[in-house]
Amino acid sequence: MTDTLEGFNSGKWNEEINVRDFIQRNYTPYEGGEEFLEEPGENTKKLWNKCLMLLKAEHEAGGVLDMDTEIVSSITSHNACYIDKELEKIVGFQTDYPLKRALQPYGGIRMAQNSCNSYGYEVNPKITEIFTKYRKTHNQGVFDVYTPEMKAARHSGIITGLPDAYGRGRIIGDYRRVALYGTDRLIEDKKNQFKSLEGEMTPERIRLREEIAEQIKALGELKELGLIYGFDISKPAKCAKEAVQWLYFGFLAAVKEQNGAAMSIGRTSTFLDIYIERDLKRGILTESEAQELIDHFIMKLRFVKFARTPEYNELFSGDPTWVTESIGGMGVDGRTLVTKNSFRYLHTLENLGTSPEPNLTVLWSVNLPFGFKKYCAKISIKTSSIQYENDDLMRTIHGDDYAIACCVSSMVTGKEMQFFGARANLAKCLLYAINGGIDEISGVQVAPEYRAVEGEYLDYDDVMAKYDDMLEWLAGLYVNTLNIIHYMHDKYCYERLQMALHDRDVKRYFATGIAGLSVVADSLSAIKYAKVKAIRNENNVIVDYEIEGTFPKYGNNDDRADKIAVDLVKNFMSKIKKHYTYRNSIPTLSILTITSNVVYGKKTGNTPDGRKHGIPLAPGANPMHGRDENGAIASLASVAKLPFEYAKDGISNTFSIIPDALGKDDTIVQLNCGCSTGNITK
Amino acid sequence: MNGFIHSIETCGTVDGPGVRFVVFMQGCPLRCKYCHNPDTQETGSGRKISTDEILAQYKSVREFAKGGITLSGGEPLMQLEFAIELFKKAKQLKIHTALDTSGAVFSRGKISKFNELIKYTDLVLLDIKHIDNIEHKKLTNAGNENILDFARYLSENNVPVLIRHVLVRGLTDKKSDLENLGAFMAELKNVHSFEVLPYHNMAIPKYEALKRDYPLKNIAPATENEVKTAQNIILSGYKFAKKLPEIISEAAHDR
Repeated sequence: MTDTLEGFNSGKWNEEINVRDFIQRNYTPYEGGEEFLEEPGENTKKLWNKCLMLLKAEHEAGGVLDMDTEIVSSITSHNACYIDKELEKIVGFQTDYPLKRALQPYGGIRMAQNSCNSYGYEVNPKITEIFTKYRKTHNQGVFDVYTPEMKAARHSGIITGLPDAYGRGRIIGDYRRVALYGTDRLIEDKKNQFKSLEGEMTPERIRLREEIAEQIKALGELKELGLIYGFDISKPAKCAKEAVQWLYFGFLAAVKEQNGAAMSIGRTSTFLDIYIERDLKRGILTESEAQELIDHFIMKLRFVKFARTPEYNELFSGDPTWVTESIGGMGVDGRTLVTKNSFRYLHTLENLGTSPEPNLTVLWSVNLPFGFKKYCAKISIKTSSIQYENDDLMRTIHGDDYAIACCVSSMVTGKEMQFFGARANLAKCLLYAINGGIDEISGVQVAPEYRAVEGEYLDYDDVMAKYDDMLEWLAGLYVNTLNIIHYMHDKYCYERLQMALHDRDVKRYFATGIAGLSVVADSLSAIKYAKVKAIRNENNVIVDYEIEGTFPKYGNNDDRADKIAVDLVKNFMSKIKKHYTYRNSIPTLSILTITSNVVYGKKTGNTPDGRKHGIPLAPGANPMHGRDENGAIASLASVAKLPFEYAKDGISNTFSIIPDALGKDDTIVQLNCGCSTGNITK
Repeated sequence: MNGFIHSIETCGTVDGPGVRFVVFMQGCPLRCKYCHNPDTQETGSGRKISTDEILAQYKSVREFAKGGITLSGGEPLMQLEFAIELFKKAKQLKIHTALDTSGAVFSRGKISKFNELIKYTDLVLLDIKHIDNIEHKKLTNAGNENILDFARYLSENNVPVLIRHVLVRGLTDKKSDLENLGAFMAELKNVHSFEVLPYHNMAIPKYEALKRDYPLKNIAPATENEVKTAQNIILSGYKFAKKLPEIISEAAHDR
């Protein structure tokens, strides 16, 4: 034990599970530049080449190399698996062969079957039978209790992407705890929590007791997973290599159990830097060995894969796992949380080449050290593979040990979690308001039969009043649908291991989302500032619109249109808040359909802004394509007006730019004419 | 005061230092064959906007477009009074001002107005389309006398200038012309840099939308290498001309 603790400053973290305290007392902020970084060693190159061959084989096989159809995945379901045992510094795969997709039926057996079928595999009928007859799944639970209205709304697409047939994800275990404490200590802590929950047995307490009992079992299995690979992780990690390996085992156990929509890893680089710094000081590790550990760790994260259907991939545009790692940021005490290891993580993009996974996310602050900013810029230009998030904004809410789940959802590691909630389509809701709840595509009465718009031209006040009623309906239906989903997910597909790496009492967020913001803003603006004529079909349903005149459009920094968007966000959020949210979670809102906007477009008929059925909605909070006429900054200024306090789960504005449009450095030739150069700074 | 603009680009990155708020004015006296904004040429149309409105818009995005305001076009000098008022107000607010112009409507007859304008102008991006007057006429429908005179005027008054030249294969890439351009720049005492812009054909859809024939149908965009070569030729002309007095005096000495 002395060896384990040698060189660490002690504190609260010795007495309680408190990773942040450990970090704060022991980390070494790094304000320098990239010059210390090392190139990949021979081992890394050899190993990565083998990895690339496997990835190539997977690509050539149509996206999936192999699928498990026999063994239901659990933390300990498979034997050890290696690509090259001699070369791998960090070990562990999800199944018994690299890239072989695990069978994870707890979310829903049908989804698991469909995933296999679409790539030509067949789940063992015995397993199908078990998960149909004897073991209920999350998906079955949800559909047992859905109301007809919920099913209709789901079918029409006014609520889309609900995690009712697949893992909800968005929960980040504090995998660092495994390295810092070892599983024995974590189990002991959970046992104490269990003991603390005696007395009056309310349903809530019974549930929590059962969950903690499950968590304890999961930690026991995690220890076993270590043993399968020949490591005793019951005790704390003694060196950097063990720290990386212990931490990775924690994450591996999570992805073996859960096929979540986003399986983020947290904020690990600065934590691991403490172990690396100590080993460098002890003289038992060199910089190039340190880089090797990180390179090999990142390789493993790149190999995390899940069995999914082509429809799922269509919704999320690709085969994403959202293994998000949050890097850098500032501490609340003013020191930067950037360490040398923050550089090493980004350096993997140079050593191993560019990759969307893991999703390396820099927590950006204006106060980040210049050397780090410069390196981020360099790697961004070179690889386009870094995501940035505003640390200055989120630190004020979550402190300095939060991490990002998926693309933007922030939560304090090990203390907060999120119930992921897909999206409500506000553009379609406007069409329902106009047509009194009749679906504009199918002609079916989906929403309540409110009074439809009458007359030839749409009247702003009339439409607004009707829209408000319809939003009220949608908010209620949406929240209650999610309540069911999360109840059943907790019941039938509980994240035992991830929650074992959380405190006893976690703060839960109830994440809702909206799609179609700019379409609604423009539609309402058209109704208000131009004249919009309704075109009805033979059943008297309004299916198209003719616009006479011009109207201000969202995305041009024009308050007339932007205010409509702002009001809409506030209004919908206040309606969400009126409802009970499962486990008294805190409702949040996101405006972030980064990838699913195409699917939403297909499910939304013609809209009063002139958009035609099938045209994709703009992603997230973006203006509609081509309607921002004043350039990128005016467009950003419109988005920036949206109130973050009403949309704390994130607002996205997808923004791409041709590199040349970012200005030129090398086309301008400076002349040494001895004259004034004006005021040129770039 | 009101002016007529074509549009505003809030994230301009190629028209002056930093990220800039670029106001494209409507109307231009030239008809350059390679014009990439043909929709800004016609006068008498455009969107009416006041200098105060422009400044208010700029203020709301100033945090991001820190570079300053660039007046481009079209030809901003066709709305001289408007330009003066805008830049005067901008300077009161300590905003960097850049004028992107061909100088084609410059005239010593209106010297007091121009004197007023340059008081508030931090940088001129001066487009010299062709150094040869006859070629200039073929390329743009007007001679370059006013343009070169404007360049000399700016030099007399020590207004910082960046010279720009669009490189079009077969039209503006002749070696002797490029050398002469460099030599002309050497005559001026206020040119701190120059830029060779490769001709591109991305404006073709705009011509189609205007139902106009695209004048340079068969000319390929200039390559990076061609730009580099042109830069070096201009620079050699510039250096040669700078050294010329020395060379002449040495030659005189030898005799």
